[in-house]
Amino acid sequence: MALFGKLRWISRRFTTLAATPLRICVVGSGPAGFYTAEKILKAHKEVEVDIVDRLPTPFGLVRSGVAPDHPETKIVINQFSRVAQNDRCSFLGNVSVGSSVSLPELHEMYNAVVLAYGAESDRTLGIPGEELGGIHAAREFVWWYNGHPDCRNLAPDLTSTDTAVILGQGNVALDVARILLRPTMELAKTDIASHALAALEESSIRKVYLIGRRGPVQAACTAKELREVLGIKDISIQVKQADLVTTPADEVVMKNNRIRRRVYDLILKAASSGHSPPLPDQRELHLVFFRKPDRFLESKDRSGHVAGVLLEETTLQGDDLGKQIAVGNGVFEEISCGLVLKSIGFKSVAIDGLPFDHDKGIVPNVGGRVLADSSTDFPQYETGLYVCGWLKRGPTGIIGTNLYCAEETVASLSEDIERGVLTSNSAKPGRGGLLQLLDRRNIRVLQFHDWERIDTEEKRGGNLKNKPREKLATWEELLQVASK
Amino acid sequence: MFISKFSRLGAHAIKNLVKAPSFTPRTSYLPVVHNHFLRTLRQEPFCTAVEKNADEGSEEKQKISVTFVDKDGEEKHIKVPVGTSMLEAAHENDVELEGACEGSLACSTCHVIVMDVDYYNKLEDPTDEENDMLDLAFGLSETSRLGCQIIAKPEIDGIRLALPAATRNFAVDGYKPKPH
Repeated sequence: MALFGKLRWISRRFTTLAATPLRICVVGSGPAGFYTAEKILKAHKEVEVDIVDRLPTPFGLVRSGVAPDHPETKIVINQFSRVAQNDRCSFLGNVSVGSSVSLPELHEMYNAVVLAYGAESDRTLGIPGEELGGIHAAREFVWWYNGHPDCRNLAPDLTSTDTAVILGQGNVALDVARILLRPTMELAKTDIASHALAALEESSIRKVYLIGRRGPVQAACTAKELREVLGIKDISIQVKQADLVTTPADEVVMKNNRIRRRVYDLILKAASSGHSPPLPDQRELHLVFFRKPDRFLESKDRSGHVAGVLLEETTLQGDDLGKQIAVGNGVFEEISCGLVLKSIGFKSVAIDGLPFDHDKGIVPNVGGRVLADSSTDFPQYETGLYVCGWLKRGPTGIIGTNLYCAEETVASLSEDIERGVLTSNSAKPGRGGLLQLLDRRNIRVLQFHDWERIDTEEKRGGNLKNKPREKLATWEELLQVASK
Repeated sequence: MFISKFSRLGAHAIKNLVKAPSFTPRTSYLPVVHNHFLRTLRQEPFCTAVEKNADEGSEEKQKISVTFVDKDGEEKHIKVPVGTSMLEAAHENDVELEGACEGSLACSTCHVIVMDVDYYNKLEDPTDEENDMLDLAFGLSETSRLGCQIIAKPEIDGIRLALPAATRNFAVDGYKPKPH
């Protein structure tokens, strides 16, 4: 009898072992995280994937980065939702890696961890006056109008000035300019956060400067976003004719780069068609090239607040076409403004226990495998630790870029499964273990069905106002609705 | 709905068997044999002619032949009703073509490469909006299009579309790379 019992125990143990799936945790539920999860689930029929996010809501920048007037770009949420609803996949929101659970703990509980938590901070200029009031990172402004709970109380001052200066000419800069200049009647039909819409309705800003260190051929934006901002209703576009002159180097760049050529053509067309002086009440968009910010100027009547930006003229130097740098030439000019949005790039944040390249702002990796020590000639990898998205390659690219990025990371991971580097022989507690640990720490985990409650409530709220959704923009509201 | 679609597929399979015995849904990619095969197909009027769906009674719907070539060079031959986009057709036939924005012209994930320049020229020129998206497509070529913007029509019967990564391995028919 005892022997029989033992046999049964052995067989049960054997079957549990054989049936133990490989458990993988993806940190971050933006496009990089979801594409990674999707590709893992597709390639490995036994693997279980948990996607954790520090927010109660999934989808990362698709929710808090993509502009409210770009609803088509957000359709990808349908695809990501199908991934989250897969039986072998779970979304665990309100879990912050680094505070709710440490990375070493997570690494211990799963066979592999893929970090895809993006870039939640900003590059700085490092020039005098950068700390003045009225100067924000464009990311904060974007999070504010997109209802990210961490920027609910940003309260940018849009009423004591008629001029905003945006530093940078990438797509984020163009999004921000468009939100500032677009008629609020049009924005009211989008899923823009209601606090932002109310503030924009009261806004006195009618002049927006988009400032770039380099020329129109080097502008970092893409044609779609440029076409949109240039096409805003009743807007006057101002470009200095002198800035449109191209050099032979520019011609070579445009010949070899389709985006640069099309962007330049759009700027040229806008400059030639709309060069009449703006009408008295007309909103103005000024595209300013070959200028770099030297310092911010403090207001005389409003201590601690910005009153302007001092710009220095630049010229391009360097032989490497397309990578020429802008060097100041000692000629300065001032633009008065009460609002400055710095759109000069995002930066990833390091977490404890994770190798991090502070210069590049990324996790050192080869093909998505995290490098333990990048100084040696022979790469030493952190077993079972991977990276994808902006944290892996820096904060550039579009949603679709993450498809290829995830493909590469998942290929590395799959190779490690085939080679036996990752094996479910060492059974890991995975989701069960993580949930127990978080429960002990009194952390309320929100699962995908909790998000669906938030989603339903937001859509219901939106329905009443004739917009696609009314975003819940505070932690309290989100957590409360999720637990209804 | 599903049943009728299924039986339609079955009918096609039978038709294909009758007309072209070697026409299998998935064949591995063999460049020479394949090209020869397709050329033969194109020359045979009864194969290039647009098929009529006799088994659907009064609701006659024309269909054209489309071949998708995936990243590994593997081919999938499908029949696409006139008026349907290549993105929809791919998804209905389990071709792994991404479609993040579901055909709303807001992404470039359904990027395909028209493998024969003559077929590319039979398509309407891309709009500014499509070009804006193509700007950002991975592995853009001279004959790139978005799958959601290619709509099946009789003129493009027999079109072959490559999924981007495959272009690294073989050149597009009839396309000569321009020297810089």
